[in-house]
Amino acid sequence: MKEIVVISGKGGTGKTSLTASFSFLGGDKMITADCDVDAADMHLLLEPDFAESEDFYSGKMAFIDKNQCTNCGSCAAICRFDAIIEDGNVHRIIELNCEGCGYCYHVCPVDAISMIDNLVGKWYKSKIKTGSFMVHAKLGIGAENSGKLVAKVKQEAKALAEQLGKELVLVDGSPGIGCPVISSLSGANLVVLVAEPSISGIHDLKRVIQLIQKFQIPSCCIINKADINEKNTLELMEFLNRNSVKHIGNIDYNENFTKAMTEGKTIMEYSDKGLADKVQTLWNDILKIL
Amino acid sequence: MKIAFTAKGPGWEASVDPRFGRTEYLVIFDEEKDELTTIDNRDIQNESHGAGPKTSQILLEQKVQVLVTGNGPGGNAATVLERGKVETYIGAGDTTVREAYDKFKKGELTKF
Amino acid sequence: MKIAIASGKGGTGKTTLSTNLAHYLATAGNVVLTDLDVEEPNSGLFIHGKTIYETDIFKKIPLWKSGNCLLCNKCKELCNFNAITRILDEILVFPQLCHSCHACSELCPTNSLPMENKILGKLQQKRYDNLDFVESRLEIGEEQAVPLIAQTIDFIDEKFHHDYLKIFDSPPGTSCPMIEAVKDADFVILITEPTPFGFHDVRLAVEVVRKLKKNFGIIINRYGIGNNDVEEYCNEHHIPLLAKIPNQQQIAKLYSEGQLLWQHIPEVKRELDQVVAYLQNEGLMK
Repeated sequence: MKEIVVISGKGGTGKTSLTASFSFLGGDKMITADCDVDAADMHLLLEPDFAESEDFYSGKMAFIDKNQCTNCGSCAAICRFDAIIEDGNVHRIIELNCEGCGYCYHVCPVDAISMIDNLVGKWYKSKIKTGSFMVHAKLGIGAENSGKLVAKVKQEAKALAEQLGKELVLVDGSPGIGCPVISSLSGANLVVLVAEPSISGIHDLKRVIQLIQKFQIPSCCIINKADINEKNTLELMEFLNRNSVKHIGNIDYNENFTKAMTEGKTIMEYSDKGLADKVQTLWNDILKIL
Repeated sequence: MKIAFTAKGPGWEASVDPRFGRTEYLVIFDEEKDELTTIDNRDIQNESHGAGPKTSQILLEQKVQVLVTGNGPGGNAATVLERGKVETYIGAGDTTVREAYDKFKKGELTKF
Repeated sequence: MKIAIASGKGGTGKTTLSTNLAHYLATAGNVVLTDLDVEEPNSGLFIHGKTIYETDIFKKIPLWKSGNCLLCNKCKELCNFNAITRILDEILVFPQLCHSCHACSELCPTNSLPMENKILGKLQQKRYDNLDFVESRLEIGEEQAVPLIAQTIDFIDEKFHHDYLKIFDSPPGTSCPMIEAVKDADFVILITEPTPFGFHDVRLAVEVVRKLKKNFGIIINRYGIGNNDVEEYCNEHHIPLLAKIPNQQQIAKLYSEGQLLWQHIPEVKRELDQVVAYLQNEGLMK
């Protein structure tokens, strides 16, 4: 079983639209995983049934037992996150501020504080419109996106692929260059980068490529909206070449990406044969590299 | 010499887990004693942060000298391994533990 | 007055709006724009000018002193972030994983882990035309965006008089860094696209600002593409729709070159005027 991860560094490059189209092309041979848990949007195109779900916990949060609290204030005095306030004649945790460090738990003289598992979201196992399955997640408000949820989504997708004898896992990766994207990349056989030729797009792509090189994962790149700025597109292509990232093709600015999305369709289902053929060719190239 | 492999299961025939920090198992071969042991590392899933350093710590406790894995450890884990004088070899992501050991012996893996 | 500009997802035009609104308003009054997207600060690609002030921003991390250490492992066991480990007879701290809670340092029986400064990022202040601009950038490999955002806002509070209009370009998403950036704002502008992705993500952002009890409004970017869902949603939920920035390929082109839009595209200026009129009407600016 092989794993392909699609990432972009910057938002809004068309990564999710392309990944959903690849998911459609991979069809029944593939399990899809949405690890862009901060802005999990792929479900809008793939019609998952949300059949199975499970709560997801990450990190800890302090909890003060009102009946035991003597209001001594030792906890609030040491908390560096302003997460404990006096409320009437007891102290109380402000959940949004608590980092879960546990310092208060250690200093409470009457053991009124316990550290409880922090519910941060839910993950789902769904049947999608291709007839295959997708693993995806939803983070709660103010929850921290750690590598843990990404690792969980990927792990469940892989387990499902193994169980059902699928050849491929396709991952819509996290944005940025922090812990979640590192977790998205971990264990991948191929990284597909979706770039755009804007100065901010180039800037972010360079940072992501540095990261991929550290992990020595083979990578290839698609430049979307290539005709928006041909000079920048050339600069991107040269940069890819210098860094041994295989450039597999350009897609011109095309509003049918948005129009297809508006109809809840992938590019493959939308009535733009030229664009669909282009995406098909890119997908074939990706499989060849793999 | 003690050699550790990140693996998806126990024993020689298990596939190598390309991940380091969140690897499910660590298969350790002690060449002197000709002894193969497996450590179940699946509890690492419960860690939100710092999975890499934590798994590295296990290798140090086991007095491992060489690590064979797939993609390579992240920065923090690499620091622990370096301080603990564990040599890391990568590029064994698509093999079984036995094949990875052969490759290591033949010098076919990349030093991290 | 503080106005935070945020969005549920990346790539919806947050930086475009922040830079254009700030630069435009600076023609008439005192404005400071702050880029709080410290992991990927991009406003500086549009706002040039000379750096007039620069400083490192620090966080506190424990530094191990071997002298009196009993190697009791208490620090390692206390740390909920796996930021401390022991290698043979040495204690090792991972600065990137440390949340600066001070527990290990203050509970160490031999005071062997005093807290020291560690660079978290860099803050730069620039001046471009009449606009003051501040950006903070997280060190590569650092993951603690929240303390850098908090200290950057403190810097703005100290350095700029309260009659300044303070515009914050916030991090994308709805997680802790975004909350840190908008929680002190007097008004939040959410920018989105009229597409299913944009609609889905802006509703998450609305949930956040409602939970924080903020006054807010929505701006639709690339108006004309997609569908009417966002607009209908605003009407239905009585959310002020502040402006509609039209979908034009020329905008995408100027953006890709790192240019500001309002001087070149009259429709953009017209929409910025709408935003200004709304803010004035609400007493949020003079």
